[in-house]
Amino acid sequence: MKAAPAPAAARPLAVADVARAGVLRRHGVWLAAAGLLIVLPWVVRTGAAVPIMNQMGIAIVFALSFNMLLGQGGMLSFGHAVYFGLGGFLAAHALNIAGRGGLYLPVPLLPLVGGLGGLAFAALFGTFSTSRAGTVFSMVSLAVAELMAASSLIFDRFFGGEEGITTNRAKAPLLFGLEFTRDRQVYYLIAFWVFVAAVAMYAFSRTPIGRIANAVRDNPERAEFVGYSQRRVRYISFCAAGLFAGVAGGLFALNYEILTAENMGLNASGAVLLMTYIGGIGAFVGPVFGAIIFTFLQSMLSDYTGMWLLYIGILFLATVMWAPVGLAGLMMLHAPAWRGRRLGRLAGPYLVAGGLGLVAAAGVIGLLEMVHTVLIAESSTGLKRLFWTTVNVRTVMPWLVFTALVAAGALGLRWAGPRAATAFAEANRPGPAQP
Amino acid sequence: MEQIVFFSILNGLVFGMLLFMLSSGLTLIFGMMGVLNFAHASFYMVGAYVAYTLGLRIGFWPALVLAPVLVGGLGALVERHGLRRVHRFGHVAELIFTFGVAIVIEEIVQLVWGRPAKSYQVPAALDFPLFHVFGSAFPAYKAFMLVVAVAMFVFIFLILTRTRAGLIIQASLTHPGMVAMLGHNVPRVFMIVFGIGCGLAALAGVIAGPVLGTFPGMAQVLGSVVFVVVVVGGLGSLSGAFVASLLIGVLQTFAVALNASVGNVLMGLGVPAGASAALHDIWKVTVAQVAPIMPYLLLVVVLMVRPAGLFGTRET
Amino acid sequence: MRTVSKLGMLAVVLALVGGLAAPAMPADPIKIAYIDPLSGPFAATGENGLNQFKYAAEAINKAGGVLGRQIEIVPFDNKVSPQESLIQLKKVIGDGIPFVFQGNSSGVAHAISDAVQKHNERNAGNRVLYLNYSAVDPALTNEKCHYWHFRFDAHADMKMAALTDVIATNKAIKKMYIIGQDYSFGKAVAEAAVSMLGKKRPDIQIVGNELHPIGKVKDFSPYVQKIVASGADAVITGNWGADMVALAKAANDGGLKVPFYTYYAASDGVTAAIGAAGVDRIRLVHETHPGNPDAPKALGDYITGYRKLHPQNDVNQPRINTGLNMLVLAIKKAGTVDVDKVAQALEGLEYTTLGGDQVIMRREDHQLQMPIYISVHTNKNIKYDLDASGFGLSLESKVDRDKATQPSTCKMQRPS
Repeated sequence: MKAAPAPAAARPLAVADVARAGVLRRHGVWLAAAGLLIVLPWVVRTGAAVPIMNQMGIAIVFALSFNMLLGQGGMLSFGHAVYFGLGGFLAAHALNIAGRGGLYLPVPLLPLVGGLGGLAFAALFGTFSTSRAGTVFSMVSLAVAELMAASSLIFDRFFGGEEGITTNRAKAPLLFGLEFTRDRQVYYLIAFWVFVAAVAMYAFSRTPIGRIANAVRDNPERAEFVGYSQRRVRYISFCAAGLFAGVAGGLFALNYEILTAENMGLNASGAVLLMTYIGGIGAFVGPVFGAIIFTFLQSMLSDYTGMWLLYIGILFLATVMWAPVGLAGLMMLHAPAWRGRRLGRLAGPYLVAGGLGLVAAAGVIGLLEMVHTVLIAESSTGLKRLFWTTVNVRTVMPWLVFTALVAAGALGLRWAGPRAATAFAEANRPGPAQP
Repeated sequence: MEQIVFFSILNGLVFGMLLFMLSSGLTLIFGMMGVLNFAHASFYMVGAYVAYTLGLRIGFWPALVLAPVLVGGLGALVERHGLRRVHRFGHVAELIFTFGVAIVIEEIVQLVWGRPAKSYQVPAALDFPLFHVFGSAFPAYKAFMLVVAVAMFVFIFLILTRTRAGLIIQASLTHPGMVAMLGHNVPRVFMIVFGIGCGLAALAGVIAGPVLGTFPGMAQVLGSVVFVVVVVGGLGSLSGAFVASLLIGVLQTFAVALNASVGNVLMGLGVPAGASAALHDIWKVTVAQVAPIMPYLLLVVVLMVRPAGLFGTRET
Repeated sequence: MRTVSKLGMLAVVLALVGGLAAPAMPADPIKIAYIDPLSGPFAATGENGLNQFKYAAEAINKAGGVLGRQIEIVPFDNKVSPQESLIQLKKVIGDGIPFVFQGNSSGVAHAISDAVQKHNERNAGNRVLYLNYSAVDPALTNEKCHYWHFRFDAHADMKMAALTDVIATNKAIKKMYIIGQDYSFGKAVAEAAVSMLGKKRPDIQIVGNELHPIGKVKDFSPYVQKIVASGADAVITGNWGADMVALAKAANDGGLKVPFYTYYAASDGVTAAIGAAGVDRIRLVHETHPGNPDAPKALGDYITGYRKLHPQNDVNQPRINTGLNMLVLAIKKAGTVDVDKVAQALEGLEYTTLGGDQVIMRREDHQLQMPIYISVHTNKNIKYDLDASGFGLSLESKVDRDKATQPSTCKMQRPS
C-alpha cells in the first residue's frame, strides 16, 4: 500500500492489498487486545491491581472454557471446576518434581501440563458424562463434582488432604533465564497464556467441529440426520473444554502456588457459571466481560461488605430473568445502531435511565446493608460505614434517605425507562440515519 | 455387633426418611413441570430458620405448623414471579434460574440471621431417650422425625390419589394441555404444586434443624444427596423417591459404622492382596471414610445403566 | 455561579483547616491483620477470637499504644479455607499490613506459613510476620519451621504429653478410643496419643482410631455407636468448633458416659451442649488458668471486663492476649515496626501472662514455652462459667514450663 498504484493494466491483481487490509480488519480486535494486555500494568499502577489482574486472567480462561460447553454446546455443567482443579493439581505436582530436579519443566510451560491433565480427565469422565444431554448431563456433572470433592480426602497423596498441595515457582528450572518471583512477571506470563488460550478457543469455535457443536446445541436430532453423532460431538466439546479448564488450572497453580480440594468444588463451578452467564453466553467475548466483572466485584466488594455474593446473585437473577443474553448480548443488540452510527442518540436516554437505576440501586444496597447491621448487631453503637460516610442505623434519618432514593429511582425509571426503550427501538431501526 | 446393626438401621431409616421429606417435593415439582429445582434445599434451610425464629416466640409446635405454610407461600411467589417468566427460555434457563435463587436465598439467610449456626434445640417435650438397648440410647426426637415423615408420605399419597385436586394434579403431570382445555387453571396448579413442594422441604427443615444443625451451609450439605435420590429413584416418581431415600440413608449410615477398610472389602470380593501396593491410598482407607461418596457412585452407575431411575418413566 | 463560587470557597477553607489540623491528629495506627473464619461452619470460633483480639487491643491502646501509635485489628475472613486464606494474605500484603495473626485450623496455618516464607524470601523489603496463636500441629515448629513464624500456643505434642500423664494415673482405663478431624492436626493428635500412651501405659488397648471429615459431619450418632460398641473406657479427641459441639451432643443423646480427654471441649457452645451430663467426666488440656477456682486477679478482671462487652462469649483463648502483648512488647523493644527487627526482638522474649505464668519464646523453633493446665468440666465452685451455662472449667492439675517443654527437630534458616 506504500508504492503509488501503477496503471490498472500493469498492476498485478491486488489480492495481497486486499488481504493486508483484511488482516488488520479481521484481526484488529486481537491485536488491540494483545496491546491492551501488554500495557495494562503500566496504566493501572496501584499495588493491589496486579494480583487482581492475575486473578482475572485465570478467570477469563476458565470462563471461556466453560462457555465452550454452555454457550456453544448447550451443556450446563455443574462440575467444570473438576477439570480446572485436576489440571491444577497435576501442574502443581509436576512443578514440585521439576523443583526437585526430576523433570525439565520451566514455569512458562506449566499451563500445558495443566491442560494435559484437564484433557486426560475430561476424556475419562466424558465417556459417561456426555452420553445424554440436558438435565441428565447436568446431574452427572454434579455427581462427578461431588465424587471428586469427596475423593480428595481419600487420595491423600495426590490431593494433599485438607492442606492441599503447595508448590514453588522459584525452584523450577529457568527458561531463557526468566524468573517469576514478582507479581508483575507472573502477570505477563498469565497474559501470554490468556491470549494464546483465547485465540485457540476462538479458532476452535470456527472449525467445523465447533460449528457442529452449535448445531447439536440447537437441534440435536437434525444434526444426527445430517450425519453427525451428537454423542461424539458432545464428547469432543467436553474434552476441549476440559483441556482449557486445565490450562486455567495450571495458571492458578503458578499464580497461587497452592491447590486444594476446594478448587474442584461446587463453589468454584458455581462461580464460573455465574460469571459466564452474566457476561453473556451468546458471544465469544461474553465470558471475558463476565470474568472481569465478577472478579472485580468479588475482590473489591468483599472489602466493603460481607454481602457481595448477594449482590452478584441478584445481578445474576436479573440477568436470567430480563437479559438472558447477558452483557455481551445486550451490547450486540446495539449492533444495528452501531452500524447506522446512531449510538449517539442513545447516550442521553441511557444516561438518565442508568443514573436513575443507580440511584435506586444505591437505595436498595443502603437499606440491605442497614438491615444487616441491625439484625446482626455488628456494631454495638449502631454505626456503619456506607458509601464513604458513616451512618447511624439507630436513627430514622438514614432509613428515610435510602427509602427516598429507592422511591425516587423507581418512579424516575417509570418515566425514563420507556423513553430509553423507544430510543433503543429508534436507533436500531434498519435504514439510513434519521435527522 | 448387633448393637451397631440395630442402631445403624434405625439411624439409617431416620436419615432416609429425612431425605424422603426433601426429595418428595423435588420429584413432584420435576414430574409436574420438568424443572429440577436447584433451590429446593434452600427452602429446606429457610424452613429451619423460620421455625427457629417462630419457635422462640410461639413455641416449637405452632412453629411446626406455621413455618412450612409460610415457606410454601414464599415458594409459590418465587414460582409465580420468577420461574414462570423464565419458563419460556427452556429447561436449561430454568435450572440456571433456580441456581441463582439458591444463591440469593443463602445470602439472604446470612443477611437476616447471620453466619454462625443457630442453636435450634429439640423441644423439651421430646428431649428424652426413647429406649435403651445394647447399652445405647435412642432419642425420642428421632422417633418423632420418623413419625412425621411417614405421616407426610401417607398424607401426600392420599391427597394425590383420593382427592379431586390430587387427580387434577396427576392429570396435569402427563396431559397439561388437555387439563387446561377442560377449564382448569394449569399455571395455578403448577404454582400450588411448587408451593407445596417447597412447603414439604421446609417441613423437613423444621424437623431436621435441631438434629443436623441450623447454619447457612445446611442447604449445600443435603442438596446434592437429594438430587441423587431423585434421579436414582426416578424423576417424577414418588415411590421411587421413597425407596431411593431409604436405600441411600441406610447405605450411608451403615458405611460409616463399618471399620473395615476398603482393602478388606476388596479382598472379600476376591481381589488379590498383592493389589494393595498399587491401590495404596484406597486400600488403607476405611469404608467409613468412603461413605460420603457412595451416593454419587450410585448415581453415576444408575445414570449409565438405567437413566430413567429405578421407578421412573422419563429421563428429561 | 454564586453558589458554585461560595461552595468553592468553603471547600478551600475546609481543606486548609483540615490541612492545618492534620499534625494535631494522631499518627496512623499500626495495623495488625487477623485472618480467620468469620463465616462458614467455624464462624463462631473466628468471631469470638476476633472479639478477644479487639478487647486485648483496646486495653493496649488505653495504656497508650506502642511507639506513640494505636494498634488496630483488621479482620479478614478466610472461611477456614487454605485457598481463601492466601487470597486474603495477598490483600493483607497489598494493604501494607506487616503483622498477621491466624489460628483456626492447622491446615490453613500450613498454607499461610508456606506463603509467608516464600513471600519474605522474594520480597526482602516488604516482609510479613506470621503469628500463629492457635494452630497446634507440631510440624509447624518442627520440620516446617521457619524464621518468620511464631507460635503462641502449646503444640499438640506438648499438650498430649500432659494429657497422657493424667490418663496414665487413671488405672480404670483399659480401652481407649481416639476420634479426630481428618487433617494435619487431627492426625497429629492421633499419632501422639498412640505413641505416648504406648510408652506410659502399654497395657491400654487402642480400640478405635477414627478420622472424620472436618466441619462436614453434623450427626455424630453413628460414631458414638461405634465408640459404645467398642467397649472403650475413655475417648481422646482433638475436635474443635462445630465438630466438638456436635460430638458432645451426640454423646449425650446416645448415653455415652465415659471420660473424654480433649483439647477444645469447652466454650463456643460446647460447654452448653455438654451440660450436666459431662460433669467430672470431660477434661480439657489448655494453656492458661481456667479461672476456677481462685483465678489470679489480672485474669479475673480481664474476664469480667470481657463479659460486660460480650455476655454470650467467653475468654476462651487467653493466649490471644499473650500473643498480642508479646508482639507489642517486641515492637517496643525493636523501636520500629520493621518486620526483620521485630522478629529479632520477639525471639527469646520473656513475658508474664494474665494468669501469672512466665513464658518465653524459644529461639530454636519459635515455639512459646509455657506451663500446661488440665481442667475438668463441672458446676461446682464455678465463678467464671462458660457459654453463660452455669458450667465451667475447674483446674485439676498443672505441668510446669520446664516439664512441659518438648524437643524440636527445627533447623531454622536465619536471614543473614
